[in-house]
Amino acid sequence: MTVDAKQPLKTTPVITQIGSVHRRRNRFILFWDALRHSPVGLIGLLIVLSLLLLAVFGGFITPHDPAQNNLRARFMQPGFTNEVGVFVLGTDQLGRDIFSRIIVGSTVSVLVGVVSVIIAGTLGVLLGLVSGFFGGWVDNILMRLADGLLSIPFIILVVAISGVLSAGLGTLILILGLTGWVTYARVIRSEVLKAREMEYIVAAYAIGHRRLSIMFQHILPNVISSGIILAASQVGVAILAESSLSFLGLGVKPPTVTWGLMLADGRQYINSAWWMTTFPGIAITITVLGITFLGDWLRDLLDPKVRGRN
Amino acid sequence: MQGLVVRRLLHMAITLFVVSLVVFFMVRLRGDPISVMAPPTFSEEQVARLREAWGFDKPLIEQYVLFITKAITGDFGQSIQARRPAMELVFERLGNTYLLASAAAILGVVIALPLGILSAVKRNSLIDLISSAFASLGNAMPNFWLGLMLIIIFSVNLRILPAFGALEPAAIIMPAVTLAVGTAARLSRITRSSMLEVLNQDYIRTAYSKGLSDRRVLYQHALRNALIPIVTVFGLQLGWLLGGSVIVESVFSWPGLGRLMIESINVRDITVVQAGLLWFALSFLVINFVIDLLYVYLDPRIHYR
Repeated sequence: MTVDAKQPLKTTPVITQIGSVHRRRNRFILFWDALRHSPVGLIGLLIVLSLLLLAVFGGFITPHDPAQNNLRARFMQPGFTNEVGVFVLGTDQLGRDIFSRIIVGSTVSVLVGVVSVIIAGTLGVLLGLVSGFFGGWVDNILMRLADGLLSIPFIILVVAISGVLSAGLGTLILILGLTGWVTYARVIRSEVLKAREMEYIVAAYAIGHRRLSIMFQHILPNVISSGIILAASQVGVAILAESSLSFLGLGVKPPTVTWGLMLADGRQYINSAWWMTTFPGIAITITVLGITFLGDWLRDLLDPKVRGRN
Repeated sequence: MQGLVVRRLLHMAITLFVVSLVVFFMVRLRGDPISVMAPPTFSEEQVARLREAWGFDKPLIEQYVLFITKAITGDFGQSIQARRPAMELVFERLGNTYLLASAAAILGVVIALPLGILSAVKRNSLIDLISSAFASLGNAMPNFWLGLMLIIIFSVNLRILPAFGALEPAAIIMPAVTLAVGTAARLSRITRSSMLEVLNQDYIRTAYSKGLSDRRVLYQHALRNALIPIVTVFGLQLGWLLGGSVIVESVFSWPGLGRLMIESINVRDITVVQAGLLWFALSFLVINFVIDLLYVYLDPRIHYR
């Protein structure tokens, strides 16, 4: 964006499309302005913010103790009320409150989504940068490894590894992080290949910058937005992967509460207790939907090629 | 063209070699599976003999060389659980997985293409809105959950479709729909945006102005040129369908390769896991190979160096 500002001729149309001409604004106002004009982005932001709040403070606001068994109140329908209170979304096979468990389950989703994406993104951006910048045998080895990893469908790859390692939460995050770098590396590499040929890079060499400083100070800032756009969408992918693995019994183990595990429980009683499978799935869907909305909005904002097209 | 085929095949061989390395060391991340195989009553000497019999006592590099030289001839060793050739087990299940994945792929295309074209032509209309809602939801829903919901509706409540197995033809409906929704979602989006881009081109305006019918312009001028990105995403989706089969097959107890993988992983039958993973990779690579050749057919301007 700072680069744009130095080339007024080229950016004029873009600025008009955002809504204001020739007025200097700080970045925050620009973000807010773009958000105001994008209801979908705003919905996404609201969902993601509430998810973050739930993940951090959820344990304090649950209407019932999510781990409290109550064998006299097993398999109660949504809306069931007894002397303890209302069970809005019903109870499970041990009489635990499904609503409270969904609230508490958000923690694992957020943790897995955020941490695994940070690991995968950092690793992927670095490797893509090195691969594209240096080329040669480093590039060859990394890209052949990427080809190999990409030719095994992602979910099968993580299923196999977590099956072998019988993963818990920490291992699962690590597995998702260490297998997820490939996509970032590919995208960043192709961006670096383009950026490397730009005149300002030649200029940087000419005024005597060293290779490492060119790589990190001149190329990285110009390719990083692709990485950020990708990361936003990958959070949803990681959350879906975690819930799939936990559902299959290859991910997080009880007593940790996760939406995937709740679905695995619900599947056992699918003939009688539809609410046990329905609500955790809705929670996952809304979460991923919110992240996608926010990610799409971020992409439109960061990617000048798409910006202002609508 | 010949050069392209040869180069692609070579690339495929290299990738498969990398996959074999990754898979071989991956399944051994926690040491050899003898500890799981041997009954707890076995003495240490008996365990050692078992380990020797399966060749797990040799250095890893030597084991790998043995594995790869045999694998080239199609021999992936004996299944540790079933005591039958691992490849035989894989082949038994393969047909079911391909059947399910192709049914889902066809269904996905049948839903996505008309939906994508319609929403591009009638941009910002009600149908565009519906299609975009479908795409967002289809992308965000975990497919195994969608499968469970279908079971609740069509098996538990309406009792019109079987919830599991592959014994009757109707049993494929729900797993195929479950798998197809995600594919249809992604494919309809790319169809829409690719069509929109083409519809803005000058030659489309020319085609209209010479008085060609809407249908003719849409299908012969626009769709044909919009097809390359659609085919690319479709190819990626086929790989995704193979992957999705792992979970959807377990939900519906569909006797395919994906379920075999989960079963084998649970009992740490590493020879079957190796064979299955390599087969998944080979399928994916062959699909991509075919797609690469399709590009040349779709756009004669494409030449590969």
